[in-house]
Amino acid sequence: MAAQIFSAIFVIIIGVGGCVAYFWGANKLLDLVFPSRGVSGAAAVDNLRRQGLVRPWLFVGPAMIILTIYLIYPVIETLRLSFLDRGGQNFVGLANYEWAFGDHDFRNSILNNILWLAVVPAACTFLGLIIAVLTDKIWWGTIAKSLIFLPLAISFVGASVIWKFIYEYRGEGQVQIGLLNAIIQYFGGQPQVWISLPFWNNFFLMVILIWIQTGFAMVILSSALRGIPEETLEAAVIDGANPFQIFWKIMVPQIWGTIAVVWTTITILVLKVFDIVLTMTNGQWNSQVLANLMFDWMFRGGGDFGRGATIAIIIMIAVIPIMVWNIRQANKETGGH
Amino acid sequence: MAASTGKSFVGRFGVHIAVLVFVVIWTIPTLGILVSSLRDKDQIIASGWWNSFASSSQTEAGRLPAASAQTQKDGKYVIEGNVFGDGAKRAISAFGTKAAAPTQYKAGTAADLGDGVTLQVNADGSFVLASPKAFEGDRGQRVYFASSAPPKFTTANYDAVLFSEGIGRSFMNSLTVTIPATIIPILIAAFAAYALAWMRFPGRALLIAVIIGLLVVPLQMSLIPLLKLYNGVGTFFGVPSKTYLGIWLAHTGFGLPFAIYLLRSYIAGLPREIMESARIDGASDFEIFVKIVLPLSFPVLASFAIFQFLWVWNDLLVAMVFLGTAPDQIVLTAKLNALLGSRGGNWEILTTSAFITIIVPLIVFFSLQRYFVRGLLAGSVKGG
Repeated sequence: MAAQIFSAIFVIIIGVGGCVAYFWGANKLLDLVFPSRGVSGAAAVDNLRRQGLVRPWLFVGPAMIILTIYLIYPVIETLRLSFLDRGGQNFVGLANYEWAFGDHDFRNSILNNILWLAVVPAACTFLGLIIAVLTDKIWWGTIAKSLIFLPLAISFVGASVIWKFIYEYRGEGQVQIGLLNAIIQYFGGQPQVWISLPFWNNFFLMVILIWIQTGFAMVILSSALRGIPEETLEAAVIDGANPFQIFWKIMVPQIWGTIAVVWTTITILVLKVFDIVLTMTNGQWNSQVLANLMFDWMFRGGGDFGRGATIAIIIMIAVIPIMVWNIRQANKETGGH
Repeated sequence: MAASTGKSFVGRFGVHIAVLVFVVIWTIPTLGILVSSLRDKDQIIASGWWNSFASSSQTEAGRLPAASAQTQKDGKYVIEGNVFGDGAKRAISAFGTKAAAPTQYKAGTAADLGDGVTLQVNADGSFVLASPKAFEGDRGQRVYFASSAPPKFTTANYDAVLFSEGIGRSFMNSLTVTIPATIIPILIAAFAAYALAWMRFPGRALLIAVIIGLLVVPLQMSLIPLLKLYNGVGTFFGVPSKTYLGIWLAHTGFGLPFAIYLLRSYIAGLPREIMESARIDGASDFEIFVKIVLPLSFPVLASFAIFQFLWVWNDLLVAMVFLGTAPDQIVLTAKLNALLGSRGGNWEILTTSAFITIIVPLIVFFSLQRYFVRGLLAGSVKGG
């Protein structure tokens, strides 16, 4: 273990030192090859221009190489693999896609993903907005926000353990140590094994993600609410609007853009949700989702790369509209400069 | 905002109550595992953690000594002793002799077991079993009793998971993964972000668009090709395919789009005059970057560092694909996942391990919340 710590420190120094050495060295080399000082005026101008051509690439070069290896190449390769067989050797056409749409688990995952997409972003945004509005009105709002924000720092696995403890089931008549079943029993209900109830178990898993992500929505929306001009609210009050009208007709329309951003960010997260399902049910009792199914096929029976890649492509297809929207928004922004 | 505040007392009171309800719902789950991780492991299963400050009652079973222990007293055959052989200090509230009715008799009363046999169990555990006839057989009388133990808090669970369940080792592994995977992308992203914000070169707009596109590419798209690539590199050079170097680079790659996006939008917002006056003074881009841009960008660098740290520390998927499951490589999240499988019912181990995995993010989060929130706002309010 000491060796491990030592080697980690060593690598940090090498890695960071290497980066610094590269940027500094490449830059120095450029100055040497095309000197701009100590040469005649015309040559200096010429060399400065050449430096200006090369230097940006020295700066963005390492990032481009890493992005290409870790993101761009894999996207293309995954697309290619989705048309190949399990080992990635023989072309099988659309067979993987045909398999997917006929497969029970896959169809179940698609349905569950749609369910997640319908519930989680809406619930997080709605709860986040309500909490943001309420906490703005009270003196201990900052503390309240901190506490609601806190689960965002907790890993999905950690959160799963936390909630599994809440859903814990003991046989009827025994002391319930899971909070949910204890409450149910206290009010005279039947304790249940919540995470194995088909269909409804999806919601018990979603609660975990909602618990984590509401804080995110709250913080973003709270800052957007502060940006609303005070005059619009005052005018509404003078006109005799009640708090609900002010909320729905004055505040919400003004932060529509931010709501969309929060919604799409959580949507993407939901499409990738994996850890929660893996740790809570591993897809049993009809709770499978695409990301976990993909992980399953990656390693099942030595791994079926064709089918795994196909599932990844399906997730990607769901993300593409958001991606296009993001790029358009960004272009509009930079175009405005 | 003040303008829309409900004027009535009820309205304001309602807001406080509503927020309080939200806060309670959001904190109770975490509180549950913190409290449970500090409880005695027998008490965790005996009562809900919300009762942990009250005495917990549990039903226990015991067997009284066999006939050989009997003495004669006042013309009766008597067996005496204490049901708590170990001398534990628990208070008995009721007892019984049948499994179906373990709390049939109140402590301190004499129970009639038939044939003139009586059994009295007192609150302190002492019992008297008396019979007009001699006891026979070498199996003693079965006895059930409800005892209540005072609340007992302990750090024994932490000792157990840190040193014998392998959580301590995994903690080190997580640090080994997280620290380099946080530092490496910062430098690479900072240079790229500066170039994309302040240098003119062909293809810059396209590059920015590509990076914004990559922001949302699901990790799942990268896993299989990279797994193949790593296996290929491993076989070709005869080195293991699951290494710390591999996961550092993977996390760097996955974190770069966000890093560049976040840093670029901040660096692009720095005042133009500073850059231009430095340029007129003859500073090169490299000098401007190192001497002006880096120091001014400290807040955003801190924001990204916190994000990446939390992301890498909390990651399970990348660790499961690119690292092994041997003790020298398994990280906390993967270890916790493994424990959920192998120690599913041992809540003292699960709650304690879970708390250890979340404690570092919570500390980072509370001490650096300001930067975290700032990064969150800068990173997600795009096009808003």
